[in-house]
Amino acid sequence: MEIFYWPLLDLIVWGFITVYLAQFKNGLPSVVAFFIGALILWDILFRAQQGITISFLEEIWSRNLMNLFASPLKPGEFLAATMIISLSKVGAVLIVSVLVAWAFYSFNLFILGISLIPFILNLIIMGWVIGILTTAIIMRYGQEAEVLAWGMVFIFQPVSCVFYPISVLPGFLQTVAQLIPAAHVFEGMRDVITNSNFPLTELMWASGLNAIYLFAAILWFHYVYGVAKDKGILVRVGG
Amino acid sequence: MAKTIVRVRELTKRFNGLTAVDRISFDIYEGEIIGLLGPNGAGKTTTIHMLLDIVTPNSGQILIDGRNLSQYREEILRQINFASSHIAMPYSLTVEENLQIFARLYELPHRQERIEQVIDELDMASLRAKLTRTLSSGQMTRLSLAKAFLTQPKLLLLDEPTASLDPDSADKTRALVRKYQRHFGCTILYTSHNMREMEEMSDRIIFLQRGKVVASGTTQEIISQFGRRDLEDVFLTVARTG
Repeated sequence: MEIFYWPLLDLIVWGFITVYLAQFKNGLPSVVAFFIGALILWDILFRAQQGITISFLEEIWSRNLMNLFASPLKPGEFLAATMIISLSKVGAVLIVSVLVAWAFYSFNLFILGISLIPFILNLIIMGWVIGILTTAIIMRYGQEAEVLAWGMVFIFQPVSCVFYPISVLPGFLQTVAQLIPAAHVFEGMRDVITNSNFPLTELMWASGLNAIYLFAAILWFHYVYGVAKDKGILVRVGG
Repeated sequence: MAKTIVRVRELTKRFNGLTAVDRISFDIYEGEIIGLLGPNGAGKTTTIHMLLDIVTPNSGQILIDGRNLSQYREEILRQINFASSHIAMPYSLTVEENLQIFARLYELPHRQERIEQVIDELDMASLRAKLTRTLSSGQMTRLSLAKAFLTQPKLLLLDEPTASLDPDSADKTRALVRKYQRHFGCTILYTSHNMREMEEMSDRIIFLQRGKVVASGTTQEIISQFGRRDLEDVFLTVARTG
């Protein structure tokens, strides 16, 4: 993972950023707003995913998983609880990030206006989707898959177009990016900063895709939970 | 005749082509302490895991208090609890915080009152504010039992609860289980590799070998059936000859 995954991801993301910046010979407009805003919003997605996956891993680390799943707790209730934990983590991270960005860089995230609320909600939901997918993989393959808790979300970063517009990507990746809710959020964020438009179309895309993915991720989690019970993996992972 | 609390029929579990539990059937009656005995890999723990619905059987039926476990999972699991030496609890919480979480998870009425009772019954007052990560193995076993006793289950499953304990702590643990069983009259399914413990604790023993029930009855009945001196001798005979 250290040899291929991270260097490759860094190269891809920074490569696209460079391509994007090279388009502006006289400097990028609103450069601070673009990058710091994107960074804060990306961290919301990341923390939302971590809130779910790390909560599950903590139960494995403390050998408590069997106590939970041998109780009347339903898998859906477990997921709901991790989502609540995730919200509290996102809230804390958001407060710290907003204050630091304002104090150090005079950047006010609230320039995004009313769009900020649906942006954040969509990023949280996409974080949950990735978190549920990752958790299900860890449940199925055990602690060998633990590293995905930190790495999985970054697979989505290049096509989420956090720091550059979708148009910078090559053709086939643009199609992939159109299917990523976060790409629409970041596209919308740049539109708000540049043109002060309310990005209704982008938000509708992000919300629609998120609704489908969240539903599919919850179904997937229940399916993997059934497989884990069938193969006796839940006991091996959690005991 | 006592009421049947657990009815297991033709229960089978296979993992990757290997049969861990092979069409076992047994009944457990209200108020009994049943010892599930057998060498490693006999299917004891898998049976307990299926009774807790964390492992799905390939075939067979489990009825708890007359209801099918696969159909009434949540209702049934509210009436069952378990303790095992192989599992623990969140290390960063105190003993009392852990008990509060499980009291909520099982939706206990009068939660705090019941927590106080359990802390008192298990003599854990000095441990209640301690972080779980600081507990010794004996104290951790007591916390695990406290979690199991907390819900006053009709059926208590104890998977090698004394496995990691020194003789003194193991003896105290057995005394706690007996005291609890006498007080609440619950039904207990117990596994252990300690033959003396099995003889001391169990009203009846179900002997498993390679996933099958090879003997069932009181300790004396099983010893007589195999024509051996004691339970340990029976165990060694079964384990070595298959």
